[in-house]
Amino acid sequence: MSQDFRLNNIGMVNRNKKISFTFNGKKYFGYEGDTIASALIANGVHLVGRSFKYHRPRGFFGVGVDEPYAILQLERNNERDPNIRATEQEIFEGLEVKSVNCWPSVNFDIGAINNFLKMFFPAGFYYKTFMWPPSFWYKIYEPFIRMAAGFGEASIKHDKERYEHKYEYCDLLITGSGPSGLASAYAAAKNGARVILAEDKPRYGGSLLTSDVNIGNQTGTEWSEKIITELKSMSNVIVKNRSQVFGYYDHNMLVMSERISDHLPKTQKYLPKQRLWYIRAKEVLISSGSIERPLVFGNNDTPGVMLSSAAKEYMKVYGVLVGKKPLIFTNNDSGYETAIEFKKNGVNPLILDTRKEPSSDIITEAKNLGIEIKFSYVVVAAKGYKKVKSADIAKISDNKKDLSNIENIKCDCICVSGFWTPSIHLASQSGNKSEFNEKIDAFIPKKSKQKENTIGSANGKFTLEETINEAFDKGYEVSNKITENNNKVSIPTVVEKKSTEHDKFWCVPLPKGKSYKRFLDFQNDVAVTDIELALREGFRSIEHVKRYTTLGMATDQGKTSNLNGLQLVSDIENKVVPQVGHTTFRPPYTPVSIGAIVGREVGKHSKPTRKSPMHEWHEKNNAVFVDAGVWLRPRYYKQGNETLFEASKREAKNVRKNVGVCDVTTLGKIDVKGPDAAEFLNRVYTNAWLKLPVGKARYGVMLREDGIVMDDGTTTRISENHYHMTTTTAQAANVLSHLEYYLQLVWPELNVNVVSTTEQWAGAAIAGPNSRALLMKLFPNTDVSNEGLPFMGYKEADLFGIPAKIYRISFSGELAYEVNVESDYGNFMWEKIIEVGKEFQIQPYGTEALSTLRIEMGHVAGSELDGRTIPHDASLEGLVSKKKDFIGKRSLSRSAFTKPDREKIVGVVPLDKTTSIPEGSYIVKDPKAKLPNPKLGHVSASCWSVEYDNPFSLAIIKDGKNMIGQKLFAMSPLKNKTIPVEIVSSHYVDPEGKRVRA
Amino acid sequence: MLYIFCPHCGLRSQNEFAYGGDATVKRPELNKEISDKDWDNFVYLRKSPRGKHLELWHHISGCRQWIKVERDTSTHEIFKTYKADELTE
Ligand SMILES: [Zn+2]
Repeated sequence: MSQDFRLNNIGMVNRNKKISFTFNGKKYFGYEGDTIASALIANGVHLVGRSFKYHRPRGFFGVGVDEPYAILQLERNNERDPNIRATEQEIFEGLEVKSVNCWPSVNFDIGAINNFLKMFFPAGFYYKTFMWPPSFWYKIYEPFIRMAAGFGEASIKHDKERYEHKYEYCDLLITGSGPSGLASAYAAAKNGARVILAEDKPRYGGSLLTSDVNIGNQTGTEWSEKIITELKSMSNVIVKNRSQVFGYYDHNMLVMSERISDHLPKTQKYLPKQRLWYIRAKEVLISSGSIERPLVFGNNDTPGVMLSSAAKEYMKVYGVLVGKKPLIFTNNDSGYETAIEFKKNGVNPLILDTRKEPSSDIITEAKNLGIEIKFSYVVVAAKGYKKVKSADIAKISDNKKDLSNIENIKCDCICVSGFWTPSIHLASQSGNKSEFNEKIDAFIPKKSKQKENTIGSANGKFTLEETINEAFDKGYEVSNKITENNNKVSIPTVVEKKSTEHDKFWCVPLPKGKSYKRFLDFQNDVAVTDIELALREGFRSIEHVKRYTTLGMATDQGKTSNLNGLQLVSDIENKVVPQVGHTTFRPPYTPVSIGAIVGREVGKHSKPTRKSPMHEWHEKNNAVFVDAGVWLRPRYYKQGNETLFEASKREAKNVRKNVGVCDVTTLGKIDVKGPDAAEFLNRVYTNAWLKLPVGKARYGVMLREDGIVMDDGTTTRISENHYHMTTTTAQAANVLSHLEYYLQLVWPELNVNVVSTTEQWAGAAIAGPNSRALLMKLFPNTDVSNEGLPFMGYKEADLFGIPAKIYRISFSGELAYEVNVESDYGNFMWEKIIEVGKEFQIQPYGTEALSTLRIEMGHVAGSELDGRTIPHDASLEGLVSKKKDFIGKRSLSRSAFTKPDREKIVGVVPLDKTTSIPEGSYIVKDPKAKLPNPKLGHVSASCWSVEYDNPFSLAIIKDGKNMIGQKLFAMSPLKNKTIPVEIVSSHYVDPEGKRVRA
Repeated sequence: MLYIFCPHCGLRSQNEFAYGGDATVKRPELNKEISDKDWDNFVYLRKSPRGKHLELWHHISGCRQWIKVERDTSTHEIFKTYKADELTE
């Protein structure tokens, strides 16, 4: 298809590079540097979507971030990317985009029937229509709304693109590279400040790209090119295009999303798609410019009605005509610039100016060029369904209430200008309360809340001279505050056409007998009548009106609609806009992709994966891994076709019968050192620690102040003032913080230091009746006999030339030892244990067997110490000292913790000795009792006892001690099981603890 | 994201810290009688003031020191930070 609307001698696209892309399956051509919008307009395509509520035809309204209509869905590399603004997305070879919110096609949309049913879609229709009966919600209303609404469809596939995060610090962040951004960046950079200049568009220069001005004897474009080139060459400046600063957060933290390869055909392997910048700036200059306001008239949403500044930018930047018979509808001088641009490109526009007799340089110029102008004229309504074909225009009375001389004229586009709205979003996000400026009929920032200043047209300065002067001054002033340098650059002279005041008129009255829809919010289909209705129904606060009508709540956040909405409310209420106030701006300024927010922290990267030094050995030996916190631990070592159940049973049995070895590197380890270490441990743990001799370990339980068990583990006295504490894998970090809290804040008088040594030691638990025989071979020079190294003893030894530490502690309930070596020797140690252990039938065992072993021994772990249990509940009350005070002790005497039928841990065995009890089952007396069945407690952990070859579980139940011997029921509504069980002691195997002491 | 001055390390971003609650709460002394009510106040009850609040932060991904921060809970303004053993005003 030919580009009928492409101009030959104007624009900044690269005409040497033709690019093909498809829109709704049809192939089009554009040039490098085109956006989807400019390329489609060049091809004469103006119908790109359907509106949200009424499914009315939608075209292009703007040329940048403010675009409310042209939201498309991009397909690339078999991925879907919804919510793409056609005015921002640049085309690349092979790009595929399609319309959203229309079915079956953009040209014929069944939902457009809503347009004819619009009496049923008034303000608040969601609240009214879909309320009754409630049973209709799930089956009828919700599917209907879901099908009818929404802009595109997110991909459900894993996003293979790469997104990065970056942290950056600077003296000065400048948001926008228009005249004020460039000038202030230049002044500040020359004064030695570290500057970041961010531009959301691909090209720098902002309004300078499209305005007919002169700065320092250069055109605006030449000047901006010169400044940006110099800034880029400076080492203290970072200049970023395609980068939107979208959020202003606390303490001058701003977040920017950089579109790195969104505009490239194929992502290079390591090139990210987008990068999110967290920027901590000492000072911020907000130079985000302003957005043209629409004028409101009948059918003002018809494709072909667009902002006059957008029409101008399509011509000057992209070399594209938005129409060949344009109508310019304006209440200020900006419309004339567009008209003159049309004229220069050989197209004759007609200007309708709402003002009576304005005069200014630019109006004179337009007249001299022979452009036809009608003063005191308005567009009453656009005509044409899928594209503007003509317009009803009329003369408007001086009081702007009455229309006369209504006539229909042919046109193919209507370029509207209702003056300018400063983009104060970032200032508002910073906490800056804005104030209404009567002169420009818009809000501007009031008093800086954080270290921010708003400059240029974002601050309501609409002449270039004012803007440039202010920006140079601010750039210097702010940089001087930071660098204390005094290098002032000279301010160039500015030549621009003088303009005159805008007309306060913005909404065309309806002619008698007509009921045209006059839209305020183009993305959410909010019309004048909706606001009127909301006010009639009693909504007063602008925040309520917003939510009820959804004005300004679409993805464009009302960039083009908010002020007209406020104007309307204040007109109806006979108030002025500042009395009505405005709604709060919240980040993000423009939609940000979830991918960019998440960055690299997806899947396995959401947290770093930790592996023990023996990990490779486990892998080579068919270990099946399980996540244990951030660690990967072998769950079992698969032999042949074994299932988890079979393998863990084999491994556990081998520990009970021969000897097994388990990687326990992941256990938390903390060195506790200092002359007061014993006293400190005595306060941290519930049991007594003052008399533990050097070379001995002790099991300890620590509580939180509320009496709940925080963690357990063994701590060994390595030397007089040195203890080696172990924690559970999961609680290691919390325990360290807990200890630091008490040492630094509560008992700073104690001379103790703590440090994590988890990573320093690799650990292997050797457990089973053969473990001592194995140890004797591993450490031939060390006495590991029951006398030489008794239960809870500790020794340093030599493992084939490697220094090792042996702790005689047991989690499995068997005769067991834990050997630690420095991490780098972990694999050496492990291989030696396996090698030497062969003759003792050693087998490695994973966490599943480890659980089995500890459960049938009645040793508690995380599933019992679940943040709800006190020592008594876990049968650890024997470890609670009555003599001394410790963290959390006072809480143990609270009434709920001392009542006689307090929960206690018990063992549970199914009567049939075959049915496994699902973890989480309730223990109840009567399975047929009326619901809710009063439960006695729950099953915390289940295993298959290898000792007795039947299922065994641990449970924490009310009055557990007195329940032993009773026949009760385990109920699992989740698994739909009711199992008759007998309550037994939690110490199912070796209740006297003979084996560990053997 | 807050920018917190750690008296040991300097200005650091909030994501290096963990919040620790009201810094004015004193743990009752060990081995001293205390009523249920006073103990409950210590364990469970905290004020949630609007305005100035002296609170604990743990520089968990930095020097691992607990520090005291005087912060306005409504504006997030940080007035002053103190080392754990420093006397507050
Ligand atoms: Zn620090």
